[in-house]
Amino acid sequence: MSAREQRTRASPPYRPDPDGTHPPLDSPGYRSTALRHPVRRPLTLPQSVTEITGPVLGEGRIGERDNDLTVQHPGEPIGQRIVVHGRVLDGDGRAVPNSLVEIWQANAGGRYRHDADVWPCPLDPNFDGVGRTLTDEHGRYEFTTIKPGAYPWKNHHNAWRPAHIHFSLFGRSFTQRLVTQMYFPDDPLFDQDPIFNSVPEAARSRLVSRFDMNRTTDHWALGFEFDIVLRGREATPFEDDDHDH
Amino acid sequence: MTTSSTLPSTPSQTVGPYLHIGLTWQDGPFVVPEGTPSSVWLRGRVLDGAGEPITDALVETWQCDEHGRFAHPEDPRSAEIDSGFRGFGRSDTRSGEYGILTVVPGRVPDRTGVPQAPHVDVSVFARGMLHRVVTRVYFADRPEANAADPVLSTVPRDRRQTLLARPSADGYTFDVHVQGEYETVFFDV
Repeated sequence: MSAREQRTRASPPYRPDPDGTHPPLDSPGYRSTALRHPVRRPLTLPQSVTEITGPVLGEGRIGERDNDLTVQHPGEPIGQRIVVHGRVLDGDGRAVPNSLVEIWQANAGGRYRHDADVWPCPLDPNFDGVGRTLTDEHGRYEFTTIKPGAYPWKNHHNAWRPAHIHFSLFGRSFTQRLVTQMYFPDDPLFDQDPIFNSVPEAARSRLVSRFDMNRTTDHWALGFEFDIVLRGREATPFEDDDHDH
Repeated sequence: MTTSSTLPSTPSQTVGPYLHIGLTWQDGPFVVPEGTPSSVWLRGRVLDGAGEPITDALVETWQCDEHGRFAHPEDPRSAEIDSGFRGFGRSDTRSGEYGILTVVPGRVPDRTGVPQAPHVDVSVFARGMLHRVVTRVYFADRPEANAADPVLSTVPRDRRQTLLARPSADGYTFDVHVQGEYETVFFDV
Protein backbone atom coordinates (compact mmCIF):
# COMPACT_ATOMS: atom_id res chain seq x y z
CA MET A 1 0.00 0.00 0.00
CA SER A 2 1.41 3.41 -0.89
CA ALA A 3 1.84 6.08 1.76
CA ARG A 4 -0.97 7.99 0.19
CA GLU A 5 -3.39 5.08 0.29
CA GLN A 6 -2.43 4.43 3.88
CA ARG A 7 -3.11 8.02 4.69
CA THR A 8 -6.58 8.02 3.22
CA ARG A 9 -7.46 4.75 4.91
CA ALA A 10 -5.85 5.23 8.28
CA SER A 11 -7.53 8.37 9.52
CA PRO A 12 -11.11 7.96 10.61
CA PRO A 13 -13.63 10.68 9.85
CA TYR A 14 -15.37 12.81 12.47
CA ARG A 15 -18.83 11.92 13.66
CA PRO A 16 -21.64 14.23 12.62
CA ASP A 17 -23.34 16.26 15.33
CA PRO A 18 -26.88 15.01 15.92
CA ASP A 19 -29.86 17.26 15.19
CA GLY A 20 -30.53 19.47 18.15
CA THR A 21 -26.90 20.47 18.66
CA HIS A 22 -26.53 23.72 16.74
CA PRO A 23 -28.93 26.60 16.12
CA PRO A 24 -30.73 26.59 12.79
CA LEU A 25 -29.28 29.17 10.40
CA ASP A 26 -32.87 30.29 9.79
CA SER A 27 -33.84 31.57 13.24
CA PRO A 28 -36.52 34.25 12.70
CA GLY A 29 -36.26 35.59 16.26
CA TYR A 30 -32.75 36.79 15.37
CA ARG A 31 -33.76 39.09 12.56
CA SER A 32 -30.39 39.32 10.85
CA THR A 33 -30.64 35.65 9.88
CA ALA A 34 -33.45 36.44 7.41
CA LEU A 35 -31.24 37.22 4.42
CA ARG A 36 -28.22 35.33 5.69
CA HIS A 37 -29.33 31.71 5.72
CA PRO A 38 -29.13 29.35 2.77
CA VAL A 39 -32.56 28.16 1.63
CA ARG A 40 -31.38 25.02 -0.12
CA ARG A 41 -30.37 21.93 1.81
CA PRO A 42 -26.64 21.40 2.22
CA LEU A 43 -25.12 18.47 0.36
CA THR A 44 -23.12 15.83 2.17
CA LEU A 45 -19.35 16.20 1.86
CA PRO A 46 -17.62 12.89 2.57
CA GLN A 47 -14.59 13.66 4.72
CA SER A 48 -11.39 13.31 2.70
CA VAL A 49 -7.91 14.25 3.84
CA THR A 50 -8.80 17.92 3.29
CA GLU A 51 -11.48 17.74 5.96
CA ILE A 52 -9.73 15.57 8.55
CA THR A 53 -6.69 17.84 8.56
CA GLY A 54 -6.81 21.48 9.52
CA PRO A 55 -4.70 24.41 10.61
CA VAL A 56 -2.46 23.68 13.56
CA LEU A 57 -1.71 27.19 14.62
CA GLY A 58 -0.41 29.08 17.52
CA GLU A 59 3.31 28.47 17.93
CA GLY A 60 4.76 31.94 17.56
CA ARG A 61 1.31 33.48 17.40
CA ILE A 62 0.77 33.83 21.15
CA GLY A 63 2.27 36.71 23.08
CA GLU A 64 3.17 36.46 26.74
CA ARG A 65 0.20 38.52 27.90
CA ASP A 66 -2.34 37.28 25.41
CA ASN A 67 -4.22 35.15 27.94
CA ASP A 68 -4.41 37.90 30.56
CA LEU A 69 -6.65 40.69 29.31
CA THR A 70 -6.06 42.71 32.48
CA VAL A 71 -2.35 43.34 31.94
CA GLN A 72 -2.24 44.51 28.33
CA HIS A 73 -2.08 48.22 29.23
CA PRO A 74 -0.23 50.36 31.75
CA GLY A 75 -3.29 50.54 34.02
CA GLU A 76 -5.81 47.95 35.12
CA PRO A 77 -9.19 47.75 33.45
CA ILE A 78 -12.32 48.60 35.41
CA GLY A 79 -14.69 45.81 36.36
CA GLN A 80 -14.99 42.46 38.06
CA ARG A 81 -11.78 40.48 37.60
CA ILE A 82 -12.49 36.87 36.60
CA VAL A 83 -10.61 33.74 35.63
CA VAL A 84 -12.23 31.71 32.86
CA HIS A 85 -10.76 28.25 32.46
CA GLY A 86 -11.69 24.85 31.16
CA ARG A 87 -10.75 22.05 28.85
CA VAL A 88 -11.16 21.57 25.15
CA LEU A 89 -12.24 17.97 24.61
CA ASP A 90 -13.43 15.89 21.72
CA GLY A 91 -16.67 13.96 21.76
CA ASP A 92 -14.91 10.95 23.29
CA GLY A 93 -13.65 12.98 26.20
CA ARG A 94 -10.11 13.13 24.88
CA ALA A 95 -8.14 16.29 25.42
CA VAL A 96 -7.52 18.50 22.38
CA PRO A 97 -3.94 19.61 23.07
CA ASN A 98 -1.88 22.48 21.65
CA SER A 99 -4.85 24.04 19.96
CA LEU A 100 -5.51 27.73 19.41
CA VAL A 101 -8.29 29.37 21.45
CA GLU A 102 -9.25 32.96 20.58
CA ILE A 103 -11.62 35.14 22.61
CA TRP A 104 -13.09 38.61 22.27
CA GLN A 105 -15.58 40.48 24.42
CA ALA A 106 -17.10 43.77 25.57
CA ASN A 107 -15.71 45.72 28.52
CA ALA A 108 -17.38 45.91 31.93
CA GLY A 109 -19.91 48.42 30.61
CA GLY A 110 -20.85 46.33 27.60
CA ARG A 111 -18.85 48.26 24.97
CA TYR A 112 -16.55 46.67 22.41
CA ARG A 113 -13.39 48.33 21.20
CA HIS A 114 -14.76 48.35 17.67
CA ASP A 115 -15.57 51.32 15.46
CA ALA A 116 -19.04 49.96 14.70
CA ASP A 117 -20.02 49.83 18.38
CA VAL A 118 -21.83 53.09 19.12
CA TRP A 119 -23.46 52.10 22.42
CA PRO A 120 -22.93 55.23 24.54
CA CYS A 121 -20.94 53.64 27.31
CA PRO A 122 -17.30 54.60 27.75
CA LEU A 123 -14.42 52.63 26.33
CA ASP A 124 -11.89 51.55 28.92
CA PRO A 125 -8.42 52.79 27.95
CA ASN A 126 -6.96 49.78 29.73
CA PHE A 127 -9.03 47.08 28.04
CA ASP A 128 -9.00 45.73 24.49
CA GLY A 129 -11.15 42.68 25.14
CA VAL A 130 -9.08 40.34 22.97
CA GLY A 131 -7.19 37.24 24.06
CA ARG A 132 -5.66 34.08 22.70
CA THR A 133 -3.93 31.05 24.09
CA LEU A 134 -2.98 27.46 23.30
CA THR A 135 -4.45 24.51 25.15
CA ASP A 136 -1.85 22.54 27.10
CA GLU A 137 -1.21 18.83 26.70
CA HIS A 138 -4.35 18.07 28.75
CA GLY A 139 -6.48 20.37 26.63
CA ARG A 140 -6.63 23.00 29.37
CA TYR A 141 -6.84 26.74 28.78
CA GLU A 142 -7.16 29.73 31.07
CA PHE A 143 -7.85 33.43 30.64
CA THR A 144 -7.82 36.24 33.17
CA THR A 145 -10.20 38.99 32.15
CA ILE A 146 -13.00 41.31 33.24
CA LYS A 147 -16.60 40.21 33.39
CA PRO A 148 -18.21 41.72 30.29
CA GLY A 149 -21.32 43.86 30.65
CA ALA A 150 -24.66 43.33 28.96
CA TYR A 151 -25.47 45.70 26.12
CA PRO A 152 -28.49 46.76 24.11
CA TRP A 153 -28.97 46.01 20.43
CA LYS A 154 -31.63 46.70 17.84
CA ASN A 155 -33.12 43.27 17.23
CA HIS A 156 -36.36 44.22 19.00
CA HIS A 157 -37.57 46.82 21.49
CA ASN A 158 -35.51 46.79 24.69
CA ALA A 159 -33.31 43.94 23.46
CA TRP A 160 -30.21 43.26 25.56
CA ARG A 161 -27.49 40.71 24.95
CA PRO A 162 -26.67 38.70 28.06
CA ALA A 163 -23.05 39.01 29.13
CA HIS A 164 -20.94 36.73 26.96
CA ILE A 165 -17.42 36.02 25.73
CA HIS A 166 -16.88 34.99 22.11
CA PHE A 167 -14.77 31.83 21.69
CA SER A 168 -13.08 30.61 18.51
CA LEU A 169 -11.65 27.08 18.41
CA PHE A 170 -9.72 25.21 15.76
CA GLY A 171 -9.36 21.75 17.25
CA ARG A 172 -7.16 19.56 15.05
CA SER A 173 -9.16 19.47 11.82
CA PHE A 174 -11.23 21.58 9.46
CA THR A 175 -14.20 19.52 10.62
CA GLN A 176 -13.78 20.53 14.27
CA ARG A 177 -13.74 24.30 13.69
CA LEU A 178 -16.16 26.08 16.04
CA VAL A 179 -17.04 29.66 16.94
CA THR A 180 -19.36 30.09 19.88
CA GLN A 181 -20.22 32.28 22.87
CA MET A 182 -19.81 31.56 26.56
CA TYR A 183 -22.45 32.88 28.95
CA PHE A 184 -22.57 33.33 32.72
CA PRO A 185 -24.80 31.33 35.08
CA ASP A 186 -28.32 32.51 35.91
CA ASP A 187 -28.31 35.55 33.65
CA PRO A 188 -31.76 37.18 33.85
CA LEU A 189 -31.41 38.24 30.20
CA PHE A 190 -31.44 34.72 28.78
CA ASP A 191 -35.21 34.58 28.29
CA GLN A 192 -35.37 37.51 25.88
CA ASP A 193 -32.19 36.77 23.89
CA PRO A 194 -32.86 35.23 20.47
CA ILE A 195 -29.22 34.35 19.92
CA PHE A 196 -28.92 32.26 23.09
CA ASN A 197 -32.38 30.81 22.51
CA SER A 198 -31.61 29.91 18.90
CA VAL A 199 -29.81 26.89 20.35
CA PRO A 200 -32.12 23.90 20.81
CA GLU A 201 -33.30 23.96 24.41
CA ALA A 202 -31.62 20.76 25.54
CA ALA A 203 -28.24 22.05 24.35
CA ARG A 204 -28.37 25.59 25.77
CA SER A 205 -26.81 24.77 29.12
CA ARG A 206 -23.63 23.74 27.27
CA LEU A 207 -23.03 27.42 26.55
CA VAL A 208 -23.27 28.49 30.18
CA SER A 209 -20.13 28.55 32.29
CA ARG A 210 -20.14 27.24 35.85
CA PHE A 211 -19.20 29.40 38.81
CA ASP A 212 -16.10 27.76 40.23
CA MET A 213 -15.37 28.41 43.89
CA ASN A 214 -12.22 26.27 43.65
CA ARG A 215 -10.74 28.62 41.13
CA THR A 216 -12.00 31.73 42.87
CA THR A 217 -8.97 33.41 44.42
CA ASP A 218 -9.21 35.17 47.76
CA HIS A 219 -9.11 38.94 47.32
CA TRP A 220 -8.38 38.59 43.64
CA ALA A 221 -10.79 37.06 41.12
CA LEU A 222 -13.96 35.01 40.65
CA GLY A 223 -13.55 31.72 38.83
CA PHE A 224 -15.71 30.36 36.01
CA GLU A 225 -15.29 27.01 34.30
CA PHE A 226 -16.26 26.43 30.68
CA ASP A 227 -15.44 23.14 28.96
CA ILE A 228 -15.78 23.02 25.20
CA VAL A 229 -16.52 19.83 23.29
CA LEU A 230 -15.57 19.48 19.63
CA ARG A 231 -16.64 16.63 17.40
CA GLY A 232 -15.13 13.23 18.11
CA ARG A 233 -13.96 10.65 15.61
CA GLU A 234 -15.54 7.49 14.36
CA ALA A 235 -13.89 4.39 15.73
CA THR A 236 -11.30 3.20 13.26
CA PRO A 237 -11.94 -0.18 11.70
CA PHE A 238 -8.27 -0.37 10.68
CA GLU A 239 -6.68 -0.05 14.06
CA ASP A 240 -6.09 -3.79 14.44
CA ASP A 241 -3.97 -3.83 11.27
CA ASP A 242 -1.88 -0.93 12.37
CA HIS A 243 0.21 -2.26 15.23
CA ASP A 244 3.37 -1.09 13.53
CA HIS A 245 2.51 2.62 13.81
CA MET B 1 -10.80 1.12 20.57
CA THR B 2 -14.25 1.15 22.09
CA THR B 3 -16.31 4.20 22.76
CA SER B 4 -18.07 3.84 26.07
CA SER B 5 -19.74 7.22 26.15
CA THR B 6 -19.76 10.30 24.02
CA LEU B 7 -19.90 13.93 25.01
CA PRO B 8 -22.33 16.18 23.15
CA SER B 9 -20.70 18.96 21.16
CA THR B 10 -20.76 22.57 22.23
CA PRO B 11 -23.29 24.46 20.08
CA SER B 12 -22.24 27.15 17.62
CA GLN B 13 -23.09 30.85 17.96
CA THR B 14 -22.71 33.79 15.62
CA VAL B 15 -19.44 35.72 15.41
CA GLY B 16 -21.55 38.87 15.81
CA PRO B 17 -20.78 42.32 14.41
CA TYR B 18 -17.50 42.82 16.28
CA LEU B 19 -15.69 39.74 14.99
CA HIS B 20 -12.84 41.83 13.65
CA ILE B 21 -11.31 42.62 17.02
CA GLY B 22 -10.93 38.94 17.78
CA LEU B 23 -10.49 37.22 14.45
CA THR B 24 -8.71 39.55 12.05
CA TRP B 25 -5.00 38.81 11.78
CA GLN B 26 -2.56 41.03 9.98
CA ASP B 27 -1.10 37.96 8.25
CA GLY B 28 -4.49 36.27 7.89
CA PRO B 29 -4.68 36.38 4.08
CA PHE B 30 -1.33 34.70 3.53
CA VAL B 31 -1.73 30.99 2.91
CA VAL B 32 1.67 31.39 1.25
CA PRO B 33 4.18 34.19 1.87
CA GLU B 34 4.02 37.27 -0.31
CA GLY B 35 6.28 36.87 -3.31
CA THR B 36 5.72 33.12 -3.67
CA PRO B 37 6.28 32.59 -7.44
CA SER B 38 3.05 30.80 -8.38
CA SER B 39 0.84 32.64 -5.88
CA VAL B 40 -2.58 33.93 -6.82
CA TRP B 41 -5.14 36.10 -5.09
CA LEU B 42 -8.45 34.42 -4.41
CA ARG B 43 -10.96 37.23 -3.99
CA GLY B 44 -14.67 37.63 -3.83
CA ARG B 45 -17.71 39.00 -2.11
CA VAL B 46 -20.05 37.37 0.35
CA LEU B 47 -23.58 38.32 -0.68
CA ASP B 48 -26.85 38.13 1.22
CA GLY B 49 -30.28 37.14 -0.07
CA ALA B 50 -30.88 40.67 -1.39
CA GLY B 51 -27.61 40.59 -3.34
CA GLU B 52 -25.96 43.03 -0.94
CA PRO B 53 -22.32 42.44 0.04
CA ILE B 54 -21.96 41.34 3.64
CA THR B 55 -19.19 43.42 5.19
CA ASP B 56 -19.16 41.74 8.58
CA ALA B 57 -18.29 38.26 7.37
CA LEU B 58 -15.12 36.22 7.77
CA VAL B 59 -13.87 33.78 5.15
CA GLU B 60 -11.45 31.04 6.15
CA THR B 61 -9.73 28.65 3.75
CA TRP B 62 -7.88 25.34 4.15
CA GLN B 63 -5.97 23.47 1.48
CA CYS B 64 -2.91 21.42 0.56
CA ASP B 65 0.14 22.76 -1.24
CA GLU B 66 0.80 22.39 -4.97
CA HIS B 67 2.06 18.84 -4.37
CA GLY B 68 -0.96 17.68 -2.41
CA ARG B 69 0.67 17.99 1.03
CA PHE B 70 -1.13 19.33 4.09
CA ALA B 71 0.58 21.31 6.83
CA HIS B 72 -0.78 18.90 9.42
CA PRO B 73 0.79 16.09 11.47
CA GLU B 74 -1.56 13.47 10.01
CA ASP B 75 -0.05 14.02 6.59
CA PRO B 76 3.09 11.85 6.46
CA ARG B 77 4.58 14.28 3.93
CA SER B 78 3.97 17.39 6.01
CA ALA B 79 7.68 17.60 6.86
CA GLU B 80 8.48 18.09 3.16
CA ILE B 81 6.36 21.24 2.88
CA ASP B 82 8.10 24.53 2.17
CA SER B 83 8.41 26.58 5.29
CA GLY B 84 6.00 29.45 5.07
CA PHE B 85 3.21 27.39 3.53
CA ARG B 86 0.45 27.57 6.14
CA GLY B 87 -2.45 26.08 4.20
CA PHE B 88 -4.83 28.29 6.16
CA GLY B 89 -6.14 31.68 5.16
CA ARG B 90 -8.45 34.12 6.86
CA SER B 91 -9.89 37.39 5.63
CA ASP B 92 -12.71 39.63 6.72
CA THR B 93 -14.91 41.45 4.22
CA ARG B 94 -14.83 45.00 5.55
CA SER B 95 -13.60 46.33 2.22
CA GLY B 96 -16.54 44.67 0.47
CA GLU B 97 -14.60 41.56 -0.45
CA TYR B 98 -12.24 39.04 1.04
CA GLY B 99 -8.78 38.31 -0.32
CA ILE B 100 -6.54 35.28 0.23
CA LEU B 101 -3.04 34.91 -1.23
CA THR B 102 -2.54 31.28 -2.07
CA VAL B 103 -1.49 28.71 -4.66
CA VAL B 104 -3.70 26.38 -6.67
CA PRO B 105 -3.55 23.19 -4.61
CA GLY B 106 -2.49 19.79 -5.92
CA ARG B 107 -4.78 16.81 -6.20
CA VAL B 108 -5.52 14.55 -3.26
CA PRO B 109 -7.58 11.37 -3.21
CA ASP B 110 -10.93 10.91 -1.58
CA ARG B 111 -11.50 8.18 1.01
CA THR B 112 -11.76 5.50 -1.65
CA GLY B 113 -8.60 6.59 -3.47
CA VAL B 114 -10.28 8.46 -6.33
CA PRO B 115 -8.32 11.63 -7.16
CA GLN B 116 -10.18 14.85 -6.42
CA ALA B 117 -9.83 18.00 -8.49
CA PRO B 118 -7.84 20.85 -6.93
CA HIS B 119 -10.05 22.37 -4.26
CA VAL B 120 -9.99 24.69 -1.26
CA ASP B 121 -12.28 24.13 1.72
CA VAL B 122 -14.02 27.32 2.82
CA SER B 123 -15.82 28.33 6.02
CA VAL B 124 -17.95 31.48 6.06
CA PHE B 125 -18.90 33.17 9.32
CA ALA B 126 -20.90 36.39 9.71
CA ARG B 127 -23.13 38.43 11.91
CA GLY B 128 -26.57 36.95 11.36
CA MET B 129 -25.16 33.47 10.80
CA LEU B 130 -25.54 31.24 13.84
CA HIS B 131 -23.22 28.58 12.47
CA ARG B 132 -20.54 28.61 9.82
CA VAL B 133 -21.44 27.47 6.32
CA VAL B 134 -18.96 25.30 4.45
CA THR B 135 -18.29 25.26 0.75
CA ARG B 136 -15.49 24.31 -1.63
CA VAL B 137 -13.68 26.34 -4.25
CA TYR B 138 -12.82 24.53 -7.48
CA PHE B 139 -11.00 26.16 -10.38
CA ALA B 140 -12.88 26.85 -13.60
CA ASP B 141 -9.71 26.48 -15.70
CA ARG B 142 -9.29 22.82 -14.63
CA PRO B 143 -12.26 21.38 -16.52
CA GLU B 144 -10.88 17.86 -16.95
CA ALA B 145 -10.06 17.41 -13.28
CA ASN B 146 -13.38 18.95 -12.31
CA ALA B 147 -15.30 16.61 -14.61
CA ALA B 148 -13.82 13.61 -12.78
CA ASP B 149 -14.16 15.01 -9.25
CA PRO B 150 -16.12 12.69 -6.95
CA VAL B 151 -17.65 15.55 -4.94
CA LEU B 152 -18.58 17.83 -7.85
CA SER B 153 -20.26 14.87 -9.49
CA THR B 154 -22.74 14.73 -6.56
CA VAL B 155 -23.74 18.36 -7.18
CA PRO B 156 -26.67 18.95 -9.52
CA ARG B 157 -25.22 20.02 -12.86
CA ASP B 158 -26.97 23.39 -12.90
CA ARG B 159 -25.46 24.37 -9.54
CA ARG B 160 -21.85 23.27 -10.11
CA GLN B 161 -20.84 26.67 -11.41
CA THR B 162 -21.46 28.11 -7.93
CA LEU B 163 -18.34 26.20 -6.82
CA LEU B 164 -16.04 27.43 -9.59
CA ALA B 165 -13.52 30.23 -9.09
CA ARG B 166 -13.03 32.17 -12.34
CA PRO B 167 -9.66 33.45 -13.52
CA SER B 168 -9.17 37.17 -12.83
CA ALA B 169 -6.45 39.76 -13.34
CA ASP B 170 -4.41 38.65 -10.32
CA GLY B 171 -5.76 35.17 -9.63
CA TYR B 172 -9.32 33.99 -9.21
CA THR B 173 -12.71 35.37 -8.23
CA PHE B 174 -15.12 33.39 -6.10
CA ASP B 175 -18.28 35.03 -4.76
CA VAL B 176 -20.28 33.33 -2.03
CA HIS B 177 -24.04 33.75 -2.36
CA VAL B 178 -25.39 32.88 1.06
CA GLN B 179 -28.95 32.99 -0.25
CA GLY B 180 -30.83 33.84 -3.41
CA GLU B 181 -31.14 32.79 -7.01
CA TYR B 182 -27.44 32.00 -7.28
CA GLU B 183 -27.15 30.46 -3.82
CA THR B 184 -23.79 28.74 -3.45
CA VAL B 185 -23.75 25.01 -2.84
CA PHE B 186 -22.98 24.44 0.84
CA PHE B 187 -21.92 21.20 2.43
CA ASP B 188 -22.54 19.28 5.60
CA VAL B 189 -19.12 18.08 6.59
